[in-house]
Amino acid sequence: MFAYIVRRLLWAVLLLIVLSMVTFSIFYLIPQLGGASPETLATRYVGRAATAETVHLTAERLGFFDPVPVQYWHWIKGVLVGAEYDYGAGVEHCPAPCLGYSFITKQPVWPELLDRAPVTISLVVGASLIWLVAGVTVGVISALRRGTVFDRGAMGVALAGVSLPIFFTGLVALAFFSYRLGITAPGGQFVPFSENPALWAYSLLLPWITLSFLFAAQYARLTRAGMLETMSEDYIRTARAKGLPERAVILKHALRGALTPVVTIFGLDVGLLLGGAVLTEKTFSLNGLGKYAYDGIVNNDLPKVLGVTLVAGFFVITANLIVDLLYGIIDPRVRLE
Amino acid sequence: MNHSRSWRARGLATVGISAALVLAACGGGGGGGQQGSSNQSAQAAFDAAYTSVVNPSDKKGGTLKFANPADWDSLDPGETYYGYAWNFARLYGRSLMMFKSAPGKEGNQLVPDLAEAPGQSSDGGKTWTYKLRKGVKFDDGTEVTSADVKYAVLRSIDKQTFPNGPTYWEAVLDLPSGYKGPYKSPNMNTDSAIETPDEYTIVFHTTNPFAAFEYLAQLPQTMPVPKDKDTGAKYRNSIVSTGPYKFADLQPGKGFNLVRNDQWDPATDPNRKALPDRFEVTVNVNADDIDNRLLSGDLDVDIATLGVQPAAQSRVLQDPNLKANADNPLTTRVQYTTINSTVPPLDNIECRKAIEYAMDRIAYQTAYGGEFAGGNLATTLLPPIIAGHTDFDLYPNGPDHKGDLDAAKKSLEACGQPNGFATNIAYRPERPKEKATAEAFQQALSRVGIKLTLKPYPAGDYFAQYCGLPPFVVKQKLGLCLMSWQSDWPDGFGYFSQIVDSRVIRETGGNTNLGVRIPEVDQMLDKALAELDTDKRNQIWGEIDKRVMEEAVIYPGVYARLLLLRSKNATNIFVSDAWGGYDYLGLGAQK
Repeated sequence: MFAYIVRRLLWAVLLLIVLSMVTFSIFYLIPQLGGASPETLATRYVGRAATAETVHLTAERLGFFDPVPVQYWHWIKGVLVGAEYDYGAGVEHCPAPCLGYSFITKQPVWPELLDRAPVTISLVVGASLIWLVAGVTVGVISALRRGTVFDRGAMGVALAGVSLPIFFTGLVALAFFSYRLGITAPGGQFVPFSENPALWAYSLLLPWITLSFLFAAQYARLTRAGMLETMSEDYIRTARAKGLPERAVILKHALRGALTPVVTIFGLDVGLLLGGAVLTEKTFSLNGLGKYAYDGIVNNDLPKVLGVTLVAGFFVITANLIVDLLYGIIDPRVRLE
Repeated sequence: MNHSRSWRARGLATVGISAALVLAACGGGGGGGQQGSSNQSAQAAFDAAYTSVVNPSDKKGGTLKFANPADWDSLDPGETYYGYAWNFARLYGRSLMMFKSAPGKEGNQLVPDLAEAPGQSSDGGKTWTYKLRKGVKFDDGTEVTSADVKYAVLRSIDKQTFPNGPTYWEAVLDLPSGYKGPYKSPNMNTDSAIETPDEYTIVFHTTNPFAAFEYLAQLPQTMPVPKDKDTGAKYRNSIVSTGPYKFADLQPGKGFNLVRNDQWDPATDPNRKALPDRFEVTVNVNADDIDNRLLSGDLDVDIATLGVQPAAQSRVLQDPNLKANADNPLTTRVQYTTINSTVPPLDNIECRKAIEYAMDRIAYQTAYGGEFAGGNLATTLLPPIIAGHTDFDLYPNGPDHKGDLDAAKKSLEACGQPNGFATNIAYRPERPKEKATAEAFQQALSRVGIKLTLKPYPAGDYFAQYCGLPPFVVKQKLGLCLMSWQSDWPDGFGYFSQIVDSRVIRETGGNTNLGVRIPEVDQMLDKALAELDTDKRNQIWGEIDKRVMEEAVIYPGVYARLLLLRSKNATNIFVSDAWGGYDYLGLGAQK
């Protein structure tokens, strides 16, 4: 088991390096293929009336005249041992892991990621708990009451949940619950859990519900399908024939078998969202990793994009590892080697 | 940051709030704003704040909540280049001159701020002298001197550190050769550009006569910066205030508060009422959510002054109550299209004229949202708000403004393309209004055989790699490029200098002049700058406008209007022509 985890972690480091290389290449090499010069790239980061000299100086400051491998090496070096940053009136040391400074805001990326991570983690943890409990519960009940009004109604709502984009449901929910009824927090509010747990939950209630509405629908459908399949298995019939109570048959045998694909998807979903729930954070104006990534992308702010890419990659890889480890617990047939 | 004050109260003490509201109602509006002395009051009506002060009051106190759908380019007065940021910067900084805090056209007047009086010009417009007011202090209590203003201007010249800011100073001042700002050239004598003969006098020397210098003196770059507190690129997060407010709890990328600066002395400042106690500003807020919050009263100002989003536009315009609380000012922005004379067959003026005649002007306006959300039909490049504008239409396109197809066909024949030609039109796909405009062009020009292919290019690189890169324009045959422009200040130079002067076009890209190359216009610009008589100078701006239109290199679409929502909580609301939106300096708060 230990060797398995170490091996997976080593792969994770390699994967993160490849991720950063790919992101770097997309940013620098693709424009170069289109004929972009260092000055052309630099014009993204100057004012609207910048002179040629300003553009040249900016390209110089951002290191665009260096070959791309050299620029990548400088970045990796910053991650490993830190870097120096010239802010005009002086030079400051950016300690490792230094993921660089935003080309636009000139803020160091790593502290900003740390600052924003609690928002995203809070959002995802709360929403995932809601969608997992709600989705699995509705899925199980729908499977057990197949063809009833509840089943059809629940699956109808689930279909709506999957179909409606969050920037629609989020804005409608804000307009109705926050601005008309005044019972939930308006957009853009976040109180750290450590500061006030009640307000933390209150500020995130609407984003949780909106995000979980989207995912719960998928989980309900997935659980229902899994339950219907496992309920027709021979071992369920055997369990019933042995005289086990129906509750034990459903929860201990049928649900356990149906949960394997749910856990797989859950791990991936949580990992992806921890890397940035872009649409939810953008809709609710939450300053999390997703909105940070969005700002980085629309402004061609490579250090921001690289930073979030690495964090997102880390979360996805970690979530996958946890899911693989959980398989061994949920499904007795799985043995990790 | 205390930006959650109201919703916390609402969420956790609804009963208490309800009781408070009942009590407030019983109180007969005692806290609702005393009527001020201004006789410019206006009842809440559509567009009322465009010409007068809505909800006038001299009541001090309260909090105004601002939200920004994006973020500042920089809060540092030496580097910021957004119009709303210049409007807002006057709350925490004082420049030598400023636009008067007044509604409508009066807001275009320049008045002394840090300076005692307007600048004294000598040496044929090459020397400008300002006397500073005494007793103006930084928020740390030290008095502002002319050396602080000089330092502020010179540091803004360091474009490696401050790449976003305007570039007027380095272009205009008589700086010593090789000077790179106080960080990189700390020991270089800069008296040839700026002298400070005493603590309260500052003298600027320009290389050429610069008649519009007073506009430079109102730039936020003249807001003083104390040398010992300057942290270069990081100063944007630790600004030392000279205005009535100073920063508190600044969190980059999230927001900040402005609180009263106890070192600000109203006796030194005839321009600011400084009514609210506090401003709470959040950035990177969803634009649609901003509209919803404005409508509900949870927010006071959309600071970016871009107008309400399409989702809220129809709602506001169709509901009389909402419309009565909205304003629809004309701005200094013009939505137009460049007709590139470097792309054959548009190198022939007659082919360009065919486009001018054949385009459906109404369709252009409709693409931008119609009369209220889009703007007025334009026939000139210079907008009506800017002095020097005259109404003329060199390419009348029929009584219904949907195109004069006969005139277009005659131009095509004169061009040697009687059956039309094919070319491309570039636009930014992130801007649905530009896409709709490009489609309108495609449809309208097809009526005379001009076949347009739509070419979307990402907004982030539109000027750097596409329409603003001359070799790319020629190679990709971008005959038409959609464009939008607003002046740096409401004056011909502030408007024209970056869009019609061929000398600012760089082959490496990043141009905002997408294709106006008329040597005569370059000379006219120089002539205007040397003209000290304001009326004569304004006349030249009008002549430049006409000369550019004669060459048919610009298709003017609409003089932009904005649909703005008035705050339910704010007092003293008015639109200034200088900002094309609400004047932030005048606003007060009821609570």
